[in-house]
Amino acid sequence: MIHSLFMINSAGDIFMEKHWKSVISRSVCDYFFEEQQKANSPEDVNPVISTPHHYLIHIYRENIYFVAVCTTEVPPLFVIEFLHRVVDTFTDYFGDGGETAIKDNYVIVYELLEEMLDNGFPLATESNILKELIKPPNILRTVVNTVTGSSNLSDTLPTGQLSNVPWRRAGVKYTNNEAYFDVIEEIDAIIDKQGSTVFADIQGVIDCCVKLSGMPDLTLSFMNPRILDDVSFHPCVRFKRWESERVLSFVPPDGNFRLISYHVGSQNMVAIPVYVKPNISFREGGGRFDVTVGPKQTMGKLVESVVITCAMPKVVLNMNLTPTQGTYTFDPVAKVLTWDVGKINPQKLPNLRGNISLQSGSPPPESNPAISVQFKIQQMAVSGLKVNRLDMYGEKYKPFKGVKYLTKAGNFQVRT
Amino acid sequence: MSNGGGSYNAQNDSRAGSTGEPDIGTEPTGGFFSADYKKHDDLKQMLDSNKDNLKLEAMKRIVGMVAKGKDASDLFAAVVKNVVSKNIEVKKLVYVYLVRYAEEQQDLALLSIATFQRALKDPNQLIRASALRVLSSIRVPVIVPIMMLALKDSVVDMSPYVRKTAAHAIPKLYSLDPEQKDQLIQVIEKLLADKTTLVVGSAVMAFEELCPDRIDLIHKNYRKLCNLLVDVEEWGQVVIINMLTRYARTQFLDPNQQDAVADDDKNFYGDEDEKDSEEEEDDDEKEKTPPKKPYMMDPDHRLLLRNTKPLLQSRNAAVVMAVAQLYHHIAPKSEVGLVAKALVRLLRSHREIQHVVLSNVATLTTIRKVRGMFEPYLKSFFVRPSDPIHVRTLKLEILTNLATETSISTILREFQTYVTSSDKDFVAATIQAIGRCASSISEVTETCLNGLVGLLSNRNEYVVAESVVVIKKLLQMQPDSHSEIIQHMAKLADSITVPMARASILWMVGEYSDRVPKIAPDLLRKMAKNFINEEDIVKLQILNLAAKLCITNPKQTKLLCQYVLNLAKYDQNYDIRDRARFIRQLVSPAGEKGALGKHAKKIFLASKPAPVLDSSFKDRDQWQLGSLSHMINQRASGYSPLPDYPETAPDPTVRNVEVPMPWAEKTHKKKAGKPKKEAFYSDEEEESESESDSEESSSSSSESGSESESDDDSKSESGSDKEKKSDEEPESSSSSSSESESSSESESESESESEPDTKPQKKTPPPKTKSSAKPKKEAKQEVSLLDLDVIDMSSTSAPVPAPASALDVLSPSLASDLQGLSINDKKDTAISVTTPMFVSTTSHELLHRMTGEGLAANYRFTRGTCIYSTSMVPVEVTFTNHTDSPVCNIRIGDKKLQAGMTLQEFPEIPSLPGGGSMSVSIGIDFKDTIQPANFQICTQDRKYNVSIKPPVGELFQAVTMSEADFTAQQSKLTGMNENSGKVSIPSQHNNSKTITARMSELANVAPVSSSQDGLYRFAGKTVSGGTLLLVTVKVGEDNSANITVNCELMAICSMLVKEVKQKLSQA
Repeated sequence: MIHSLFMINSAGDIFMEKHWKSVISRSVCDYFFEEQQKANSPEDVNPVISTPHHYLIHIYRENIYFVAVCTTEVPPLFVIEFLHRVVDTFTDYFGDGGETAIKDNYVIVYELLEEMLDNGFPLATESNILKELIKPPNILRTVVNTVTGSSNLSDTLPTGQLSNVPWRRAGVKYTNNEAYFDVIEEIDAIIDKQGSTVFADIQGVIDCCVKLSGMPDLTLSFMNPRILDDVSFHPCVRFKRWESERVLSFVPPDGNFRLISYHVGSQNMVAIPVYVKPNISFREGGGRFDVTVGPKQTMGKLVESVVITCAMPKVVLNMNLTPTQGTYTFDPVAKVLTWDVGKINPQKLPNLRGNISLQSGSPPPESNPAISVQFKIQQMAVSGLKVNRLDMYGEKYKPFKGVKYLTKAGNFQVRT
Repeated sequence: MSNGGGSYNAQNDSRAGSTGEPDIGTEPTGGFFSADYKKHDDLKQMLDSNKDNLKLEAMKRIVGMVAKGKDASDLFAAVVKNVVSKNIEVKKLVYVYLVRYAEEQQDLALLSIATFQRALKDPNQLIRASALRVLSSIRVPVIVPIMMLALKDSVVDMSPYVRKTAAHAIPKLYSLDPEQKDQLIQVIEKLLADKTTLVVGSAVMAFEELCPDRIDLIHKNYRKLCNLLVDVEEWGQVVIINMLTRYARTQFLDPNQQDAVADDDKNFYGDEDEKDSEEEEDDDEKEKTPPKKPYMMDPDHRLLLRNTKPLLQSRNAAVVMAVAQLYHHIAPKSEVGLVAKALVRLLRSHREIQHVVLSNVATLTTIRKVRGMFEPYLKSFFVRPSDPIHVRTLKLEILTNLATETSISTILREFQTYVTSSDKDFVAATIQAIGRCASSISEVTETCLNGLVGLLSNRNEYVVAESVVVIKKLLQMQPDSHSEIIQHMAKLADSITVPMARASILWMVGEYSDRVPKIAPDLLRKMAKNFINEEDIVKLQILNLAAKLCITNPKQTKLLCQYVLNLAKYDQNYDIRDRARFIRQLVSPAGEKGALGKHAKKIFLASKPAPVLDSSFKDRDQWQLGSLSHMINQRASGYSPLPDYPETAPDPTVRNVEVPMPWAEKTHKKKAGKPKKEAFYSDEEEESESESDSEESSSSSSESGSESESDDDSKSESGSDKEKKSDEEPESSSSSSSESESSSESESESESESEPDTKPQKKTPPPKTKSSAKPKKEAKQEVSLLDLDVIDMSSTSAPVPAPASALDVLSPSLASDLQGLSINDKKDTAISVTTPMFVSTTSHELLHRMTGEGLAANYRFTRGTCIYSTSMVPVEVTFTNHTDSPVCNIRIGDKKLQAGMTLQEFPEIPSLPGGGSMSVSIGIDFKDTIQPANFQICTQDRKYNVSIKPPVGELFQAVTMSEADFTAQQSKLTGMNENSGKVSIPSQHNNSKTITARMSELANVAPVSSSQDGLYRFAGKTVSGGTLLLVTVKVGEDNSANITVNCELMAICSMLVKEVKQKLSQA
């Protein structure tokens, strides 16, 4: 399956390589560099590259290309999904999966790669299992290790791997037993110039932080489970229970994990919580810029952390604007306007207006740039999803339970 | 790990240094340039020291070198010594190093082998597994035999983790020495039979790497794989689903046959509007379609589809994709739509996943029949400015494919916004997409053309140029009535500079010069003026234009044409020179009019076929969806195309695993001399009969007792006929058949008359049972017993009688012929399964009628051979309905069994009338433990959790053996495997009859003849594992008795001793 892995940083250095079968020369990456040169931006490189003898499948994350080399037919998603899982694991271990973190922890990285893949086939990818095999680094342990010479490898058996709950480690113990559930929904939308919705849907996830002792068996039920029509589950969720009773029944992994992610399709009406009234015009040598943001269908909640970004056309030289609220910056190199609005006050709508100056001599752009909007609304799930109750079986103690709702803008774009 | 980081940076080579990486240089040895070999000396010293700290530090630095791809092979000798290190981290890092360099230093690598061999015997499974992993990863051909041995040991290891590692080792070993293939396939076969979810994924992976064509290995495991699939880890799921797709293609019929036939009919009746391509497809299908017959989906086919469906909700994109391709390739077309939602959900994932998913969706949307499933999700494919370019083009492609009369307006409006994008390539792609929409949907062709013409006045030259090219293609399809567009474009020729667009305009004006008779010559004039400055492609089109005009309108253009040809004659490009010469010969009457000149008009002004604007993904359909080959649109090495469906379904019975093995074996053996086929068919027939029978008897509840018996008789006759034909000794068999008939009749009579508490063993005719009973014999008895029980309880037992009936006909003489053909004949000792001495009639409560809301269930151990599997304990469950209304759909629901345990369910009881009762038999493989089997009994609307806990004695099967064998076996089972106790037996019970009776009541054991007085011996073996159990009761004076139990299973041993004590001391 996966023969070798090369990590390449933005400067084009192959700073780490790992081979699971016989060694493949790093010159194979030349094909990759060739493709990379053709692309305008790092994201534009084709993820699957075919060379005479090898197939290069890569992902680009944290400014690093993770290039997997395969020699035979393999489902490309298999490799891509695995590579993402590798990066997720690094992030989980080191707090960030970037180049510095990998270099600083190269021994652990190497041990992880060794455990995750055997002969090119995934062996252990569950974070709970890996953490039992190889302890994540932390300051205290580093100090202790240097003093005592002990290792960060555990010599005990990861019990989870062998039980029928492979995602949970055994013998978990906490003094405070707590379980937190964050229902986070992101609105993806395209709004046209007139303010009508071209396309909108909701992507939701329930992220959990479960710190419970023993082997708790949790049941999470919703007030309105019918909203959850298109769902993907963490392997711990019992699918049959969901099918028959529409409750989430599961033995949770220890710590942070994503319980489900769901998609509320464009067929349903999506309440758009903000509107943007743009008025951008260009003429020879300059132009006008006038944007107003306002709340709409917010169900009485405050819209916070509003940020408006707009990638202006290349001919724009500078912008001279005045906001009624918040601060704005214009990056004259990347030509990106960012306006940090903050909270929207419904009484006094935030507005940003002013002049645009263009490069002299060049014709004014004929199309207006799209505006993308970021915002957050606390304590509201825009789909209307509500957790009904959480029950725990199998353990005696009473856990502390908490549910939080948050609506965010995902890919929220306004055409002007 | 800051110290580790320091060394990693310190060893950065010059290249890393040059990129501005700060070289910290915390190491005393300094930077990279300070003599490499010296540094290695330093490392060697550290490795040779006896401090773990130093070793670890050295190993970390070495691994850092390995990670950066620097050569560290000269340290091999120093490193390999440390393979014995006690420090587990040092050890791990040494492993990493070994795996990397062993190939290059084969001789030295051999030094480490002994360590691994020792570790393979370690009690810790983790150590065993890692030893096997490293041993198999060392690519040194010399050790292949050692690896093979280790592998074979590990395959039967207790720990599933080790077995999983063993599965991984198989492809490694194969790549090292392909000659081991046959042996390895045997190993794979063993692993495929494994029931642990941890192992099967890896086993199938090994199967796919080594012998994907050995589909026969899958048959027996097919259903198990389908059922385990949901619980297998995600990577294994992908591999298994892909394998099962291929399997289904070879084993099941095309579920879309009927559709194909229907479509054919439609075409036949003159549905001419269908696209050509589709007709082709249909034609293909027509050729494949066998004579029409109603299609019934194989239940196994359905099982696969049903069990993979939940996986569409996996969080792993690869799993979702695998299920999607499975549905695409083997599901009926009407069900494929399910996957659309899941695929669309993946579009929110990482960019790379989007790319792969989109290209697969693009392929799906080119197929007309399944296109509809994505239509509801049209808007999910709208392009966002943040999408990378390849994602955008794919989305455009999909939108274009999805365009229909209804959605086209939405799509075109969307396209309009894309055209204003600042990315030129994307704009060009959009315009082409508009062109394709226009050509495929005739209703909007006009609108699109107008829109494109509108774009001609766009300020962006690329937009204009691309529009010209697309308009040219569109006009070519319907050139009539568009002369004004052609005029308009001819005017554009002055302003447009993009060569391709200019060339397109010229071609169009030339082709349709009759529509613009005034403009065309003028255009040629303008072009001729600027000929030398044009691009080659434009020059060629100018030549073409000149030639065409010269033919149609020689009066005005002949001179111009000459001028252009003269210019072209001296062009730098030889293509143009050639073309000029060629044209001159055709059109210019300079020389004597050549033969070709007459045909010049035909040659130049022939009507040209309109170009077909097809999706570039059209041809990708040939690849298996989701495969690498599909992604790169070329055959990746190791890709094997999906086979076509077979024309007739291969035998579906090969997947049956529940068929009771003893029968099957017997049939084969008996007919050894005959062609295999015959045995095979008769086998099948028996089975189908039994199936139908069981259905029948289960549906009719109360009266079937007598009825089924008569059925049996008739059937047994037919069965005996068959045997008559095939048997080598006709006379004996004929006599046998008649005899057996009578005997079975008489038996059944006696059964019906007998009292409920009749002990079955009394009835079995002793002269026929030789000391070593045959399996068939035993089966026969068991069945008759069951029949008896059935009558006892005034209810019917469903599936049991049928297979038995076929055996009832076997006469004693035939039976004695078959002596020694028992399943145990492989063993040397004459230990054979025998009939139980005693069958309890007391039943235990499974479900109380209060909890069951009127439905009560009792169970009873029947002590026979289970009809489902020899390793199962047969349990008879009797349902009684205490209510007045019938209870419907009684079946077994969720099973919560201990790992390894299996439970064979009974066929669903459709309805149990009020006050009625019914017995069914289930089989449970307890794996020789007394763990209860927990499961649910479901009725139409309720579920009840119940559990069956076997008494220890029911885990056995009675076996007979000689006294000598008994003592021989007993001597092997001493020490830990022996358990004994003392008990005093009440004097009135101290006789052989009571002791034997009590023993056989307690456990399913058979007495062994004893030469000593006061010494009773009993033998049995466990049903699941076949472990021998020996019980000795030695009665001494004053009524005290010594009990000795010998059995490998220590827990069972001690439990049994307790129970025997209790039983024997009863007053």
